[in-house]
Amino acid sequence: MTIEAARTGLAGALASRSYTASELLGVMSARLLKDGQTVFAGVGIPLLAAILAQKTHAPGLTILFEGGVIGPFVEAGKLPPSTNEQRCTRRANMLVSITEVLLMLQRGYVDVGFMGGAQIDRYGNLNSSFIGDPANPKIRLPGTGGGNDIASLADMIVAMKHEKRRFVEKVDFITSPGFINGGRTRAEAGLPAGGMFRVVTDLGILGFDEENREMMVLALHPGVTAADIKANTGFELPVPADVPTTEAPAMEELAILRELDPEQLYTA
Amino acid sequence: MSASPRRREETGVTPLAYSDLRQRTRERDRSLRDKVTSLEEAAKLVGNGDHLAVGGCTASRTPFAMIWALVRAQKRDLTVSRSIMSTEGDIFYASGLSTHLITSWFSQGIVWGVSKVMRAYTESKRARFEEWSHMAMGLRYRAGAMGVPFLPMRSMLGSDVLGQVSGDGAGPADPSFAAAKTMECPFTGETLLAVPALNPDVAIIHVQRCDAYGNAQLDGLTFMDIDIAMAANRVILTTERVVSNEQIRRHPDQTKIGFFTVDAVVEVPFGCAPHECYGLYEPFYSHMDLYAEMTGRDAEAGAKAYLERFYHEPKDWADYLSRIGMAELLDAQRRGSGIYDD
Repeated sequence: MTIEAARTGLAGALASRSYTASELLGVMSARLLKDGQTVFAGVGIPLLAAILAQKTHAPGLTILFEGGVIGPFVEAGKLPPSTNEQRCTRRANMLVSITEVLLMLQRGYVDVGFMGGAQIDRYGNLNSSFIGDPANPKIRLPGTGGGNDIASLADMIVAMKHEKRRFVEKVDFITSPGFINGGRTRAEAGLPAGGMFRVVTDLGILGFDEENREMMVLALHPGVTAADIKANTGFELPVPADVPTTEAPAMEELAILRELDPEQLYTA
Repeated sequence: MSASPRRREETGVTPLAYSDLRQRTRERDRSLRDKVTSLEEAAKLVGNGDHLAVGGCTASRTPFAMIWALVRAQKRDLTVSRSIMSTEGDIFYASGLSTHLITSWFSQGIVWGVSKVMRAYTESKRARFEEWSHMAMGLRYRAGAMGVPFLPMRSMLGSDVLGQVSGDGAGPADPSFAAAKTMECPFTGETLLAVPALNPDVAIIHVQRCDAYGNAQLDGLTFMDIDIAMAANRVILTTERVVSNEQIRRHPDQTKIGFFTVDAVVEVPFGCAPHECYGLYEPFYSHMDLYAEMTGRDAEAGAKAYLERFYHEPKDWADYLSRIGMAELLDAQRRGSGIYDD
């Protein structure tokens, strides 16, 4: 809880929780996935959340990995370190090439894309390429991988820690497009399908206005106030007066996550 | 093949005229003949200034033995493309083999954080990391494999990734390299993105087994390798085992890369170390930790020390493996074998 404790005005509320921020992200994200969906999952929280959903309310959920894996069975304690390694293929239904699995996305076989993020702005644009001016970056990040393709072609769930340095007015570089400049700008750029659906953070669940496509708060997690959200967001993020509170993670959900990741590689 | 650096427009990063592409294929010996050779001899198929495509992805089926041989042969000015770059990308920069990598993602791996070596070389602008979307990389190789100059696709649009690799964008795209271009679909009028074909001068691909002619059977994840082999003008296969042609003919449905694309076959056990080879060994995690530690404080000095100890000093590939260590090798093999059976 050391990261949370340092954050503005939240120390007390978060320290009393019996779960980590990452576990909260995993549980809240899992609840957004529906039985029967096909989800393109990144490694880490997205994968843990997808497996949790399978083990609770969505047994018919199909996971795809960027490496070319369709419908894998991930073994507890042997989580893959990336989506392109042999652990990802264990007891899968089908293996295809990277290009084929990405073309499935383009063809429309994937309902939900699900990944983490380094930096996001009010229109849900994600940056994993450059911190600072791209021409003279402060940090050169690893880049898109499949992120750009997934965000361009599927409905997106993004799971990330809610920090001011991550929730910025405008991302330094659009690696993976959200609603670009809002309104209809995404479709006008040539992306008629997909788009940001939900952003799940350790403070709440965020969605996007149907018209202007700006981010807004849909729900707050237990113990979090509207003021907490505002203090940890780098842009104006509306919180409705009657905003609901999410149901805290159940012991059963946490137990499944802890069994999957006994070494807490992703849930610490 | 040429010994001196080539002009950029001559490398396989811009689409060739179709007649030139066909001509290059016609000039190759595509007969069913024995192509088994050594790493050192195979390295001679790579000319300075060539576009080199690397098979595998991230820490999987990386043709490290061939990369090791190219570094030892002091190749220069290569443009290197791969689906996703991991520690081999660092090696390309630090050894001077390449200052221009084309990929969609480049770091040591999620568990180790952002590559310090990649940052040191790119942030100081001594090397270029040309970023395309993952699907764009796949379709660029596929266009090359299909013998067409481009393919249309529906991502990268609206992003700054496109701006970096399109001549008309705000990014610092080098006009001498192929750019992506938006196009209007001639049938529907929709906006699509045309991505230019990649026809690598040489592809290096590691496989579980192949015969002396280069008929390769790949297990597990194939990544972009089949398209890369078809797109390239020369292919070097490294393999865990050379098997008989009779064995290949018993299961021709498992042959994923055909002999007619292949120019050299080199048998190299543990040829992906310290990365993994599907069904045989997982990544050598402790060695990857050692690499991260060596490059963690001073990336460049660390990478140079690493190159010295593991690339230049070993007398052969077996010596390289022994420097990584028997315990590491056995552990990687224990973790990686029998993926479906236990």
